[in-house]
Amino acid sequence: MLGYILQRILAAIPVMGFVALFVFLLLRLTPGDPAAIIAGDTATPAQLEAIRTSLGLNDPLFTQFFRWIGQLFQGDFGTSIISGKPVIELIAARMEPTISLALTTIVLSVAIAVPLGVIAAWKHGTLIDRFVMLLSVLGFSVPVFVIGYLMISLFSMQLGWFPVQGFKPIGDGVGKFFHTIALPTFTLTLLYIALIARITRTSMLEILGDDYVRTARAKGLPESRVLMRHALRNCSVPIITVIGIGLALIISGVVVTESVFNLPGLGRLTVDAVLARDYPVIQAVILLASLIYVVINLLIDIAYVILDPRIRYA
Amino acid sequence: MQLSTPLKSKSRVMGGALRSSLLGATVAGLALMAGPSFAQTLTAVKHSALRVLDPIMTTAYMSRNHGYMIFDTLYALDSDLKPQPQMVESHTVSDDGLTYKFTLREGLKFHDGAPVTGDDVAASIARWGERDGMGQVLMSFVDNMSSEGDNVFVMTLREPYGLVIDSLAKPSSNVPFIMPKRLAETPSTEAIAEQIGSGPFKWVSEEFQPGVKAVYAKFEEYVPRSEPASWAAGGKVVNVDRVEWVVMPDDQTTLNAIQAGEIDYWESPPSDLLPILEANPEIEVKNLNAMGMQTIMRPNVLNAPMDNPLIRKAAIAAVNQKDVLGALVGNPELYALCGAMFVCNTPLASDVGSETLTQGNGMEQAKALLKEAGYDGTPIVIMQPTDVGTLRTQPVVVAQAMRDAGFVVDLQAMDWQTLVGRRASQAGVDDGGWHMFMTNWVGADVFNPLVNNMVNGKGAEGGWFGWPDVPKLEELRMAYATETDPAKQKEYAVEIQKVAYEEGIYAPIGQYFVPTAWTSNLEGVLDGPVPFFWNITKN
Repeated sequence: MLGYILQRILAAIPVMGFVALFVFLLLRLTPGDPAAIIAGDTATPAQLEAIRTSLGLNDPLFTQFFRWIGQLFQGDFGTSIISGKPVIELIAARMEPTISLALTTIVLSVAIAVPLGVIAAWKHGTLIDRFVMLLSVLGFSVPVFVIGYLMISLFSMQLGWFPVQGFKPIGDGVGKFFHTIALPTFTLTLLYIALIARITRTSMLEILGDDYVRTARAKGLPESRVLMRHALRNCSVPIITVIGIGLALIISGVVVTESVFNLPGLGRLTVDAVLARDYPVIQAVILLASLIYVVINLLIDIAYVILDPRIRYA
Repeated sequence: MQLSTPLKSKSRVMGGALRSSLLGATVAGLALMAGPSFAQTLTAVKHSALRVLDPIMTTAYMSRNHGYMIFDTLYALDSDLKPQPQMVESHTVSDDGLTYKFTLREGLKFHDGAPVTGDDVAASIARWGERDGMGQVLMSFVDNMSSEGDNVFVMTLREPYGLVIDSLAKPSSNVPFIMPKRLAETPSTEAIAEQIGSGPFKWVSEEFQPGVKAVYAKFEEYVPRSEPASWAAGGKVVNVDRVEWVVMPDDQTTLNAIQAGEIDYWESPPSDLLPILEANPEIEVKNLNAMGMQTIMRPNVLNAPMDNPLIRKAAIAAVNQKDVLGALVGNPELYALCGAMFVCNTPLASDVGSETLTQGNGMEQAKALLKEAGYDGTPIVIMQPTDVGTLRTQPVVVAQAMRDAGFVVDLQAMDWQTLVGRRASQAGVDDGGWHMFMTNWVGADVFNPLVNNMVNGKGAEGGWFGWPDVPKLEELRMAYATETDPAKQKEYAVEIQKVAYEEGIYAPIGQYFVPTAWTSNLEGVLDGPVPFFWNITKN
């Protein structure tokens, strides 16, 4: 197992290298000039050239690339071309809202969706099953921003229970934190409940027809034990996969939700950086997102072994 | 007894603890009341995020607005468009009109506690003069800038120049802000390292999050002028402890937030949401900028067939401002048909040459001009920035009008930053060049021939994007600049507009207004071409 993990970590290095090179070249080939953006309307060509030089944008591409890679190896993500702030500071400031939203959404979604999926499969074809499926279809079909606006309209504007927008870090108090993160969490949770409940139901339906489940029931085991210990555990692999990828998706930025609730997360940082052609910020954020995907995929693979002893990695 | 004593003792202990807790809570409460949590904060949503902090290095309006918060100016325009002294106490001009001596007001200090000196002013004006168009013209007349004593700034000219004070009172990008000499000595192509000014607000750098929030605190040692505030002139009296500019990328969220009282001020709500805001009795909606915005079309004279004045004039003649503004704004109360290059209702306003634009009767003329020019059907590349709500509509309307006149148009969609990069290209269309784009200007950026970049006729070297080479325009602009009689200045301005229309180098395709909304507990919100945050009281 340890060997497998080491092998996966080593395999991640060329992946990250390829992502770094790809992002770097893609940005340089995309139209747009950060110097023109900074200089504004009245800069002369000579002044534009001076700004490009001061930003190092006139250096050959390979010089720029290896300078960036050299900085990365020293733990330096560079400095924002536009704001002049260290990129690591910009990312760090955006991590808490993003990670908070990811964790609250995933915890709440799993807590609701897995039991719903199990019950829907257990009561297959009944009204409960149809209700879960309806909820699932709604969660998939209604755009997140519509759910967000409805939430704001009801819980903020009509009832006044939650603020319309903004984010309070947990350091400002747990109550304030949950007060601000609640609505975005509920909004995203609806989507993730739909996803996880559907996968849980489908997987459970397959397993519940298996011989060993019939045997467990024939032995007279309580239904709850049959469902939770024998059935659910054996269909946890696809569920864990969906949860893991969902977590990675939120951490890499959910721009629409962040915009609707004015959360200063990584998604908005990425969009702002792309619109401003802030190369160092875009490069760092994309590299970070790739790293998150690699790590989460690795954790999912490890979870497979823990949850399903039949799985072995050479 | 033995049993009760400990209980009594325990009760006393608990009572004491309770009292201590209450006392502690009261003290903590009082401390909180005195501390920053109870500081009066004005929260504003601006038109965009603040990214570049150096208002001289860039012309971005957010950087200009930021500059007005933390820096001060020697002079400033009042609501009658007249320059008034701001940092200056008085000034004298020598009999030959060549030496200006400016005495600074007593008590002017930078945020780091250092006094403002003539050396700081000289260095700041020199840096501004490198970047700003009106500053560059001023510098072409300046022989020397120096200080006398601590608080006198001396400017010596090579020859008399009529717009010295007007230049120093320039209201919009780039504004001649005064900063410490050590910052002003930074090359104008590099950003200044600190945000230290002598303006009414201090920059709170530790709370700055680009794209999220910018925070300003009242500068307690700022000495405002005694005159009432009027535009950027008069007393900059700050009545709140903090101003926070927050970024909200979604208009619907901003609308909800201002209605829920989570923000106090919304600089530029979109026109389709104005009826909702106006219907709310707890929200004030008003246009603060009487000059409004000028939306323009700009051809690139370097690329055929736009190198032919007849073709350019045909494109302009085809456009009807009413169509453009109807699509862009919709509500006729929020726009004006205005062909004046130097903005309607200003001293230099004129309608010469603009009849087809405002009357919408130029289509036949456009067709005739195209025929006369021998247009060969070369597609006209118009850049359309689809990510900016106030810029995505005009190219579509103009393109259709041009097609109706007989042009072949290649309308190319892109984001604004791609356009900004591409418009700087002087290459041919096949090599990434372009024929035409549209943009918007605050009225204060185009209201005279020196600040209006589009009537610059310097060509490929020193001209503005589109680069018309029209020496006659440069002669007229210099004549305007050196003239001191307002009536003659107006004559030159009208002549400049006439030549610019004859050459077809640019056309205002409408004037529109963007009202501001604020909660009714704010009082004293100032009119002006820039959103100002002094003079506002939050009740």
